[in-house]
Amino acid sequence: MIYRAFLIKYSEIGIKGKNRYVFEDALCARINENLSRISDGFVTVREQGRIFLSCPEDYDYDRTVRELKKIFGVWAICPVKVIPDNSFESLTQATGDYVEEVYGDKEITFKVEARRADKRYPIESPKICADMGDYLLRRFKNLKVDVRDPQVRIHVEVRNNAYVYSEIIRGPGGMPVGANGRAMLLLSGGIDSPVAGYMIAKRGVTVDAVYFHAPPYTSEQALQKVIDLAQIISAYTGPIRLHVVNFTDIQLDIIEKCPRDELTIIMRRYMMRLAEHFARECGSLGLVTGESIGQVASQTMQSLAVTNAVCGMPVYRPLIAFDKQDIIDISEKIGTYETSIEPYEDCCTIFVAKHPVTKPLLHVIEKSEKKLEGSVEELVEKAIKTVRIINVTSSRIYDKGTPYAE
Amino acid sequence: MEIYLDNAATTKVCKIAVQAALNAMQTDWGNPSSKHTKGLDAGNIIKNSAKTIAETIDVKPTEIVFTSGGTESNNMALVGAALAAKRRGNHVIASGYEHASVYNPLISLRDFGFEVEFAPVDELGHIKIDELTDMIRPTTVLVSVMYVNNEVGAVNDIGAIAEAVHEKNKDVIFHCDAVQAYGKYVIYPARLGIDLMSVSGHKINAPKGSGFLYVKDGVRIRPLIWGGGQQKDRRSGTENVPAIAGLAAAARQYYNERREATERLYELKTMFVNELKDINGTHVHAVKPEEDGSFSEAEVRKTAPHIVSAGFEGARAEVLLHALEQSEIYVSSGSACSSNHPGISGTLRAIGVPKNLLDATLRFSFSFSTTREELEKTIEVLKEIVPIYARFARK
Repeated sequence: MIYRAFLIKYSEIGIKGKNRYVFEDALCARINENLSRISDGFVTVREQGRIFLSCPEDYDYDRTVRELKKIFGVWAICPVKVIPDNSFESLTQATGDYVEEVYGDKEITFKVEARRADKRYPIESPKICADMGDYLLRRFKNLKVDVRDPQVRIHVEVRNNAYVYSEIIRGPGGMPVGANGRAMLLLSGGIDSPVAGYMIAKRGVTVDAVYFHAPPYTSEQALQKVIDLAQIISAYTGPIRLHVVNFTDIQLDIIEKCPRDELTIIMRRYMMRLAEHFARECGSLGLVTGESIGQVASQTMQSLAVTNAVCGMPVYRPLIAFDKQDIIDISEKIGTYETSIEPYEDCCTIFVAKHPVTKPLLHVIEKSEKKLEGSVEELVEKAIKTVRIINVTSSRIYDKGTPYAE
Repeated sequence: MEIYLDNAATTKVCKIAVQAALNAMQTDWGNPSSKHTKGLDAGNIIKNSAKTIAETIDVKPTEIVFTSGGTESNNMALVGAALAAKRRGNHVIASGYEHASVYNPLISLRDFGFEVEFAPVDELGHIKIDELTDMIRPTTVLVSVMYVNNEVGAVNDIGAIAEAVHEKNKDVIFHCDAVQAYGKYVIYPARLGIDLMSVSGHKINAPKGSGFLYVKDGVRIRPLIWGGGQQKDRRSGTENVPAIAGLAAAARQYYNERREATERLYELKTMFVNELKDINGTHVHAVKPEEDGSFSEAEVRKTAPHIVSAGFEGARAEVLLHALEQSEIYVSSGSACSSNHPGISGTLRAIGVPKNLLDATLRFSFSFSTTREELEKTIEVLKEIVPIYARFARK
């Protein structure tokens, strides 16, 4: 069966009230954006609680489904046969043809599920089901009805056109990106932060990112790795404005003046401060990190509290209660794992103490930070001034051959 | 100004090699195995290239097998010769600091029932000939020793080694990895007693994906790549004509320039290592110092003209590398081929470099067009940055 169209069902948008159109618009925009990567000619139309997607003549079915499965807000993807003439005779005839083409002479049990969105249609849903079932039974000897647990549910939806489908491909759920505001992701080259970005985007949040670069202690490859990661998750999150902050001087200042075992905590506090600065510049409403309680010294509850103390906006930590293996599983699923484990060092690991503090006290850390007064302010300002913003989009790789453009 | 001092990793392709490769892609682009004129034209490129290359090492053109580069040449030589000689014996020896493309094929031979041993090297990076010959047994079928070490630029006296090996057991097949030596030295394998010799193109301004293995007449090699029987069954697959044409063109030019260029490089290297040693905490590897710590040109001339290896106490190689990069100076840490696999890079350990310098060593490698100004600038930048980056060490 060659399908030329899909009905796309969305998840929680349906429960929204007056601003439902905001969510639907966002979803259509995401669908158009992802599919524009494959080819021109896809058209989305909103139809009462569904999005109808018609496809160009020579489109690639597998790639289309793969792209649709990356779009948050998509609950289900149903490849449909479109029946333009919805008189009952042609509806039964066309549904029969559909069943013949898809199931041939396979022995199956089935059930018809009808939905009459167009209430002007003269036949009510239960009767469509009964008559259609009757028609199919007469036409095909290999079909049997089973209303409780059928192998195949043949869905007939009567709208402007009529649609028939029996295959339902699950989408990722969640909400379309762009529907719920903007947040700033602290992105490192590790396994966790790209997953955190993916998870927050699943709730419809637009993601920007900040990466702390420490040349020459961290290499250009480490930066490229972060760009690659941003690019992989941008297939889900949409375009990401990646802020590359030169963190070297701040880091060295901390190393010189503060106790080495507090280095990571103090560094993270400065990262949070800088991230918040850029977040406000971008109109973000929160920060996002890949932290998970107890994973490393800087992510104990004490450390998180000390880090959090510098933040004047909410910090979202989607992975807070996840085990490492759960995070790895997601990163494998979304395709960031292979890139995350490339062996380039980031600025957190390069000077790390053998035994960093695991139960820092806020007043002790604040006292250590006092030693930076008089020097660090200027360095922070310089880091803000010299930030490099890279627009990372997943489609660039297809049309320009380069992964990003500045 | 870009200063590229990583020529032991790879070199820029020279103009005449580009021209030769281009010609083989756009004009004589036929399949050398085809019976028509198009095929003949391409076949002639291969023949002429083999002849050109054979002349550079004074062997017969039929003794040249074109490969995809050093790694394939080494694999073909070691695995191919060992498997072909399996009935005579199962013992193989190599020096203890071979390149990964020698070391790993040898390790894989263990799966085929071979016993593989590695001979020690001294602190200047020379294989210990007596200990090597002591290891040779009646069942030894293959010995492999590299000509120039890729990480520190130490040079083995291959002629003497091959002679000593064959004196102990005349049936041993002697392989030499000459990837860093070809083009810098006049090497006549037939006279030196070398049976198999690996060469890579992209170290001498030829394209990547080019190289050859010299296989002495009468030495049997079991092919690694089977197929249509090209290159007398030794290496099947349609020949990479553009790469081969580029290789021959580059080789000819390299050997034309060799004498003059290496003379100049030795002067530069002598200057460079003497400047390096004056930077606090710096140790030049594999060159014998005089009593006052300086390096004489006579000692420098015992090493390869194009490779300098030095450790910088307290600094991390990778950090220095990136710091140099900020001044557009490109070098490598250890050996570029193995820098992603710290476990393999055994040369520095093998020649007894102290532990604190293992992770603090840079390799500077020159090309025939490296200039005095470039090296002076590099020294200047190093003098500035080494003290800075030695200050912030890892704890």
